[in-house]
Amino acid sequence: MKYMLLMYGSDRIDAPPIDTWDPAEIKAHIQFMHDFNKKLVAEGEFVDAQGLSGEAMVVRATAGDLPEVTDGPFPEAKELLAGWWVIDVDSRDRAIEVAAGASVAPGPGGAPLHLPIEVRPFAGPPPADA
Amino acid sequence: MTETIEDLLRTEAPQVLGALLRRYDDFAAAEDAVQDALIAAAEQWPRDGMPDYPRGWLIQVASRRMLDHLRSEQARRRREEQHPHEPSPEVPDQDDTLVLLFMCCHPALKPTAAIALTLRAVGGLTTAEIAAAYLIPEGTMAQRITRAKLKIKDSGVPFRLPTPAERESRLVAVLHVLYLIFNEGYTSSAGPDLQRHDLSAEAIRLTRALHAVLPDDPEVAGLLALMLLTDARRDARTGEAGELIPLTDQDRTRWDQAQIAEGVDLITATLPRGPLGQYQVQAAINAVHDEAATADETDWPQLLALYGVLRGMTDNPMVALNHAVAFAMVHGPAAALDLLTTLAADKRIANHHRLHAVRAHLLEMAGDNTAAAEAYRIAAGRTASVPENRYLTLRGARLNQHP
Repeated sequence: MKYMLLMYGSDRIDAPPIDTWDPAEIKAHIQFMHDFNKKLVAEGEFVDAQGLSGEAMVVRATAGDLPEVTDGPFPEAKELLAGWWVIDVDSRDRAIEVAAGASVAPGPGGAPLHLPIEVRPFAGPPPADA
Repeated sequence: MTETIEDLLRTEAPQVLGALLRRYDDFAAAEDAVQDALIAAAEQWPRDGMPDYPRGWLIQVASRRMLDHLRSEQARRRREEQHPHEPSPEVPDQDDTLVLLFMCCHPALKPTAAIALTLRAVGGLTTAEIAAAYLIPEGTMAQRITRAKLKIKDSGVPFRLPTPAERESRLVAVLHVLYLIFNEGYTSSAGPDLQRHDLSAEAIRLTRALHAVLPDDPEVAGLLALMLLTDARRDARTGEAGELIPLTDQDRTRWDQAQIAEGVDLITATLPRGPLGQYQVQAAINAVHDEAATADETDWPQLLALYGVLRGMTDNPMVALNHAVAFAMVHGPAAALDLLTTLAADKRIANHHRLHAVRAHLLEMAGDNTAAAEAYRIAAGRTASVPENRYLTLRGARLNQHP
């Protein structure tokens, strides 16, 4: 079954913004994510992974000709979606295990960031009838 | 013509692999060699014409690949001696489908791995085809298959049939994998339908092949009948926008009557032979539905009896739920709602959307539209299926219009 793992940049992360880290720490973080994805491919579980830029717009159609475009994310949002994985695994437990693995990506000083990872099962097909 | 070659290749795939495995004790390499031979045949035969003896041709090409592999392995190990020229393995006169199914559906493998390996080694599908069917990247599927083969190697699963003591439980595992492949294709409502339809067709083809080697096994026949009788309704099951159409509302003229006839004949011939098993009973249930020309003509007392038999075989709460539906159709909704109250104490199903969906149906039958609409709303909120969510939401909304 497929799951989407959503990674957020968040106030809840106890670390300074990544652009203030030591370049070696940033490299270690990137290497971790690279290895993490490679491991998922090797396990036969990787479907997709993408990072998102911090640039966000909120678009909303209005009564006028042009949609309203405001700088995003939504002003009330405390968390910014930073990227996602899609994995195809045998169980919910395994999805949680993978998410926990991503959560410990290293931050400053190589300490785990304990990122909050949202785990969402894909909407599946309807069950067979009868 | 091309289709004929492809069909032939896929039928031959397990036989060629079996021939190699009888000589070489390396499942992973043999399986790769067979894939190479299949690909070579798919390229060469349409151009150069079919060989006189296709299976012999495939075995020869696959063995050559296998020997190349063994030689390079040897070179890698810096052994000095030359690998002797080995004659090609003999063309087997027995069907290897069964022993390969047992290998690929070994309980040491997780379901996703067993499914992938079965489709490739027994089904003769390419990695790319399997990846497309399951909507995952080819590289991921290749790794999944490689790991499955390693696991088989590490577990030391021999190329032979399981011992009589293990046989039954191992056959259960094989049937389960085939059932999962079928269900993936049958229940899919999104994605590239054509490819996923192929999964059901492939599951039916493989189960047919298994039935051909084990014609007297009643559960194999039961599973094949179940697939045929379920698949016969496929086209009527979803509307133009992919919306779910429940059995009672389906246009029964769109059911595949030839497939129904085949399934009914098969299950009718199988049931009296015994011993009875779950797939046979499920096939019988589907046969009863398929034989009703209209929903009103459904033989509910018969279905109630069959669900009663099925309940005696499994404590699966979904079966108990379906039993309650049949009970309502025979004895009315009030008594069935009491059954649901008992079922709701079962933690495995208490929060499941289907319990609430059935409750909603029964309340609607009983004329309590307000409570039914509420139950539909709860059920819609709990299903992970988009088409089912839409269906349940619509049902509830209709009742809210006429409380």
